[in-house]
Amino acid sequence: MATHHKAFHKGSQPHTHDTHDTAVHTVKSGTREIKVVRRVLDVNDQMAEKNRRLFADHGIFVLNVMSSPGSGKTTTLEKTLAQIMPEIGCAVIVGDICTTNDADRLAVSGAPVVQVNTDEFGGDCHLAAHVIEKALGGIDLHGIQLLIVENVGNLVCPAEFDIGEDARVVILSVTEGEDKPLKYPLMFRECDIAILNKTDLLPYLDFDMGEAVNNIRQIHPDMPIIEMSSKTQEGMAPWLEWLKQQVQKKHKRR
Amino acid sequence: MHEMGIALQIIEIASASIPRSETPIQVEKVNLKVGKMAAIVSDSLQFCFEIAAKDSLLSGAALHIEEVPVRARCKECDTVWTIDEPVFKCQQCSSGQIDIISGRELNIESIEIADEEADFG
Repeated sequence: MATHHKAFHKGSQPHTHDTHDTAVHTVKSGTREIKVVRRVLDVNDQMAEKNRRLFADHGIFVLNVMSSPGSGKTTTLEKTLAQIMPEIGCAVIVGDICTTNDADRLAVSGAPVVQVNTDEFGGDCHLAAHVIEKALGGIDLHGIQLLIVENVGNLVCPAEFDIGEDARVVILSVTEGEDKPLKYPLMFRECDIAILNKTDLLPYLDFDMGEAVNNIRQIHPDMPIIEMSSKTQEGMAPWLEWLKQQVQKKHKRR
Repeated sequence: MHEMGIALQIIEIASASIPRSETPIQVEKVNLKVGKMAAIVSDSLQFCFEIAAKDSLLSGAALHIEEVPVRARCKECDTVWTIDEPVFKCQQCSSGQIDIISGRELNIESIEIADEEADFG
């Protein structure tokens, strides 16, 4: 049935309603155009603005962390939290399609962690603003200066959805190849800072760091790029410095 | 990957734009603008829309997708050009200080409804 319907619509012939079981018969010229002009993601954008106002009221800096699966988001955050807490009050929202593995790992830091499993929302490939709003219900925002949102591992869709964050970081691990920025330009264009992670593995790979950096520069010329290994913590200082500065700036603006 | 969610949003917005009427109004077409840099696959969106529209006020409506190219303007030298490869530097002066002026759209522009008066006009 569905196949038939699809074949019918995909045909190059103009679409008539003779074969549809509808009460209204129309001819092609008998249509009237009604202007709509609305963004399809309007609802998400409005919710993101609402989140943004709430974060501004509390002086909380919100970081949206994005990458492909397995590039080291959770390890990077574990090590980051261990370095900046308790100096900075942190909370984390973790998005995954299934499991609470990442939340369990991050909860060790002592920060409040809310796990969002998107299978409730149809196995979503990204976190949307309303999901963040719902997750905020489980966090006491008093005393929090930094909210980290670990998005669903995916280099495509999360870039499209504003969640009310202040900044976006993309993590690319050196095992993924130098060409990923060119293949996923929206993600690298949308983010404010890039981490090239797992540099401890460079001796075992053919990865060309210069080419990777050039590729990122082609997409986003002035984006800060941090080369580091979250496993060994080598090269992590500039990342922590950047993050602390951002948190302070937001806190002062309150 | 999230085309079904987008299709449902389109149906919700388009349905709310149908004028109120005593008799059912047939929506013939939904006109959508999708930027080339929006994370949307047009074929996949078409497929989802057809399935999702079946049980809605948009049953039988066609989805017309106009793809919008990625255009940029250089902040330094004001050059405007179309980006068709993954290079976001000014074609003219190689500056990275650019504004993306189109290509991120995901907008419902209009709906076309059956107009019975026009049939006789």
